Amino acid sequence: MTEKKTLGMYDSFIRSGKETRATHYCAGCGHGIIHKLVTEAMVELGIQDRTVIINPIGCSVFGYYYWDCGNVGAAHGRAAAVATAINRAHKNACVISYQGDGDLAAIGFNHTFQAANRGEHIAVIFVNNAIYGMTGGQMAPTTLEGMKTKTSPFGRDPLTCGYPMHVCEVLNQLKAPVYIARVSVADTKRIMQARQSIRKALEIQRDAKGYAFVEVISPCPTNLGLDPIKTAQFCIDQMEKEYPVGVIRDLTATAEPRKPDAATPTCREYFENDESQAPAAEVDPSAKELRLKFAGFGGQGILSLGICVAEAARMEKRFTTWYPSYGPEQRGGSASCSVVISGTPVGSPAVDHPDVLVCMNQPSYERFLSEVNPGGTVIVDSTVPLNLPVPDGVKVVQMPAIDLSIKLGVPKAANTMMLAALMKLNVTGLKNENLLNALYASFKKKPALVEKNKELVKEAEQWIEDNLK
Amino acid sequence: MSETNGGVAENLPRPEIDADECKSCGRCVAACPRHCLKIEARLNRRGVSPAAYIGEGCIGCAICFYNCPEPYAIKVLKK
Repeated sequence: MTEKKTLGMYDSFIRSGKETRATHYCAGCGHGIIHKLVTEAMVELGIQDRTVIINPIGCSVFGYYYWDCGNVGAAHGRAAAVATAINRAHKNACVISYQGDGDLAAIGFNHTFQAANRGEHIAVIFVNNAIYGMTGGQMAPTTLEGMKTKTSPFGRDPLTCGYPMHVCEVLNQLKAPVYIARVSVADTKRIMQARQSIRKALEIQRDAKGYAFVEVISPCPTNLGLDPIKTAQFCIDQMEKEYPVGVIRDLTATAEPRKPDAATPTCREYFENDESQAPAAEVDPSAKELRLKFAGFGGQGILSLGICVAEAARMEKRFTTWYPSYGPEQRGGSASCSVVISGTPVGSPAVDHPDVLVCMNQPSYERFLSEVNPGGTVIVDSTVPLNLPVPDGVKVVQMPAIDLSIKLGVPKAANTMMLAALMKLNVTGLKNENLLNALYASFKKKPALVEKNKELVKEAEQWIEDNLK
Repeated sequence: MSETNGGVAENLPRPEIDADECKSCGRCVAACPRHCLKIEARLNRRGVSPAAYIGEGCIGCAICFYNCPEPYAIKVLKK
């Protein structure tokens, strides 16, 4: 004698410390039927050892008590995101996302839609019972027009609640999905069609062909307030009018199996980082912490200037931080960055009171001048009028960075002028050689600019020589 | 197990029903093409009336198995 019995589920289920062989589902619930179809296909296709099912939030949350395979719980609606992560990290896994209509079509719809659009390699089993089951029978996106629920006691009114959500049809607008079908478990004929579709969706995972979506119309006798047989009949008579069953898309014949990932560069290769230029920091208690702030408007190269100084400090094995601050504007908004250079590990990258302040425009001068530490140096572009009281012990130097860079034909290089001023005034405590190397390294991808900047630095130094000394 | 299968010939197809796992939804009874399942009058350990085989007529089609939402309430034996 052969036996037709449940495959792929644990022999007994240990829930809340008690051992049972029954599910937690109500009598006549469609979940159990669908569970059996999924695990049967999983076992018969020989993929049980590499199957991971994402357990959703909703009635089927306890799937991990039943399914004898890998199980991962996801936050409400996020099953598609978790499934994405698993199938990308474990290319050999057959990932099944088992979700209800509240989880998939309401809170998680965007995740579902995006995952389908990306063509993630997952099989989605979408259990549509037209109602929120676990929470006690509230209206779902899939609730039928006119259907009474706890939260639509007069029947769903499309004017205020919208129309029933046709998830299969929505996903069918996308290019990536390989298989989309709507099936039902309301009677034997339909269960057999559901069995075929679920098996197909898992075959697509077995063969790594892409995204498969199976919507299953499933009876919820408890929340519909009908007996199991009448609920199954409701699925056939009412739900199928709104949600016709059938295969909506099947591209399995032409879908290509997943190719191996293209080789990706290492971080070091990507950033073209040269180990010799970035030695590890060394503790040197004699090097006092120096705080610098660079400020101006976006596009003046303020952030790059800060990076240059920080990089030079790194070359000298100092502990360094670079901390940008800017508005939402890509260009033209206020921009500033804080740089801390120290002989010991840096506590905070934020600079409230700088020792060195570089201002490229008037608002930044007005904003930061009063915060400079006594003994500090402020370098201000000559276009900024010096109309504010200078704090005691603070030295203010004007540098025509913008005008000079325009005059020399490279208006974008005002920050290089400021770097030259930092070197000439020797306020960073860093070697000029390192500051220049950091500047040249920043033009690694545009070698022509290195020569140009060498000239610019010379010109700026000459100007300082002539005018400031 | 199989307390309702008493007297059924060992070599014939038949459902084996674990009466204590049955929740009495009646899906198997409604689905059986041979009308050879019934809901018993007695109560099981759960306190509901379980499905049972009437003792003859089973052709081993397993339709009851696929309609049953419970993993371990019904299995079907056939040649």
